[in-house]
Amino acid sequence: MSAVTTDAPTAKTGPVVTARGLTRHYEVGGGLFSKPRVVRALSDLDFELTPGRTLAVVGESGCGKSTLARVVTLIEEPTRGELSIAGTDATPDAWKSLRSKVQIVFQDPYGSLNPRQRIGQILMEPLLINRPQMPTSEREAKAREMLRLVGLRPEHFDRYPHMFSGGQRQRIAIGRALMLEPEVLVLDEPVSALDVSIQSSVLNLLIDLQERMQLAYLFISHDLSVVRHVADEVKVMYLGRAVETGPKDMIFDNPQHPYTKALLSATPRADPEAAKERIKLEGELPSPLAVPPGCAFAPRCWKAQDKCRKVRPLLDGATQKSACFFPEGDGKPSAEAPEG
Amino acid sequence: MSLLRLRNLSVEFATTGGRFRAVDQVDLDVDKGDVLAIVGESGSGKSVSMLALMGLLPWTAKVTADEMIFDGHDLSKMSARARRKIVGKDLAMIFQEPMSSLNPCFTVGFQIREALRIHLGMDRKAAQARALELFDLVGIPDPEQRLKAFPHQMSGGMNQRVMIAMAISCNPKLLIADEPTTALDVTIQAQILDLLVRLRDETGMGLVLITHDMGVVAETAQRVSVHYAGQKVEEQPVRPLFRSPHHPYTSALLAALPERATDKRLPTIPGVVPGQFDRPQGCLFSPRCPYADDHCRKVPPAPRGPDLGLARCHYPLNTDERLAS
Repeated sequence: MSAVTTDAPTAKTGPVVTARGLTRHYEVGGGLFSKPRVVRALSDLDFELTPGRTLAVVGESGCGKSTLARVVTLIEEPTRGELSIAGTDATPDAWKSLRSKVQIVFQDPYGSLNPRQRIGQILMEPLLINRPQMPTSEREAKAREMLRLVGLRPEHFDRYPHMFSGGQRQRIAIGRALMLEPEVLVLDEPVSALDVSIQSSVLNLLIDLQERMQLAYLFISHDLSVVRHVADEVKVMYLGRAVETGPKDMIFDNPQHPYTKALLSATPRADPEAAKERIKLEGELPSPLAVPPGCAFAPRCWKAQDKCRKVRPLLDGATQKSACFFPEGDGKPSAEAPEG
Repeated sequence: MSLLRLRNLSVEFATTGGRFRAVDQVDLDVDKGDVLAIVGESGSGKSVSMLALMGLLPWTAKVTADEMIFDGHDLSKMSARARRKIVGKDLAMIFQEPMSSLNPCFTVGFQIREALRIHLGMDRKAAQARALELFDLVGIPDPEQRLKAFPHQMSGGMNQRVMIAMAISCNPKLLIADEPTTALDVTIQAQILDLLVRLRDETGMGLVLITHDMGVVAETAQRVSVHYAGQKVEEQPVRPLFRSPHHPYTSALLAALPERATDKRLPTIPGVVPGQFDRPQGCLFSPRCPYADDHCRKVPPAPRGPDLGLARCHYPLNTDERLAS
């Protein structure tokens, strides 16, 4: 995209991950005679992850959050676009060496831990695979150290996952992700499966670890109250595209894209006395198989006009960028995307 | 006379390790047109208490209650056959996962007409007409086509609307919604909650909303009942509950919400909910409570008066505000 200045990530405090025009399409169906159809899961995403900072990605199901997580953690190859991690281009032949720099924590701590492995084994496995020359004693020492770091007790080393509560399991999953001393941690809905009282302690742990290890977080969530608490930068996605991006306070206090505004107003606030002005969105998310032409949000948008249904707005702006021809607040209207 | 009156409801499960008490001496009242929210974390017994009321628990469960009166009938003394005439008709329930609650082998139209045929004795034509009307009521576009669809052909939000349509098909007097929006996106959640409240306004039914989302509670409920480890620990109207909670658990739960945070580090509740084998002798919250003393650890507290939110606590919080008001 032309609106983005591409400064080289050479400085030491510069971004650890840079993505330009990141795109991932899937082909589905396609029987004997029918043409395969294309799911545009992720289109033209630009972002940077900086050590010690958190980029939060929010959006509803089908907006491409999880595809993004899979592309950044090098599980899937982008269809198009550039992704560089720690100054190296993340092409598939460089994956093996880069994978230890990017690790992921999944949503469901009940599904992501092998029930037949002891906690110690779970924590040591990344080292066993990636640092096979490391002596066993050192591996074990590192695993025990990690146990302490994520707030578990030494005697937990020989226990099995079923002996732990959801919050403790998520601590184990976080510990496992940190065993290879990554620079980037992708957190895919890390607290959505947890109760409120457990959620707060896991969030505290994540904040502590980030401060201590200067980790860059890609925090994927649909819970705006959690995002508001942990994020530095926020990216709002709708059907595979970023519709608004910027510093957290600007996004929450002065949303420019109508979708961001609707999303904020739809999120229930735990304050019965707050004034409620809810924007009701009609209809549902269109299928990613048939993304509407023009602005993808136009069919549900209360401000949509003919132009919105035909031409796609570009993500535009200075620090706070939004993709809308008729933005809210003091946002400037976006430029038109070139045809095709 | 309230619509639903539960007194001293307890549910015990026979497990290999002995008896496990999932619901412990719960009292609840719901009136016509009421919106009562039951909040609590997983394992607090909030769903089990409502399933016990519906008679949907497996045989391993032992349900005891002094009173279990719904609309003048004592459900605990009824035969299963008589109870089935009420459950699904006057007393309806919707569940968290719409996808797994609907039968994948039949069209949604068949499933909704089945309820109408059995409970109201409608013929095919009348049932079809009523089904169309219901789909319209819950905001499903193009109802005629959608009635022919199978659950897998529709989105989660649409399936939840089907569940709601089915639950309200016989004009229930009380609708129990068990985490109705947890599996849905926020914009769809807002639509479903609006729908439930609108139906309450139009039909005057009572609504029990089981949830763990304090945001949903704050925006939808009139009264809130907070459950912890099977017990009801506090009950208050929604505004005073958020302003001045009396039970330390309620207070800690509210403080742990990210949106109430004042600091980068959130207040936490140490420890976990007691399980089958580490149930404390005294107050169930005492191992995690910052105010607990020896008295709390030995003597289980009885519920306080209504002015203190029926809090099960020896040392309730925010008592000054009661004096001031």
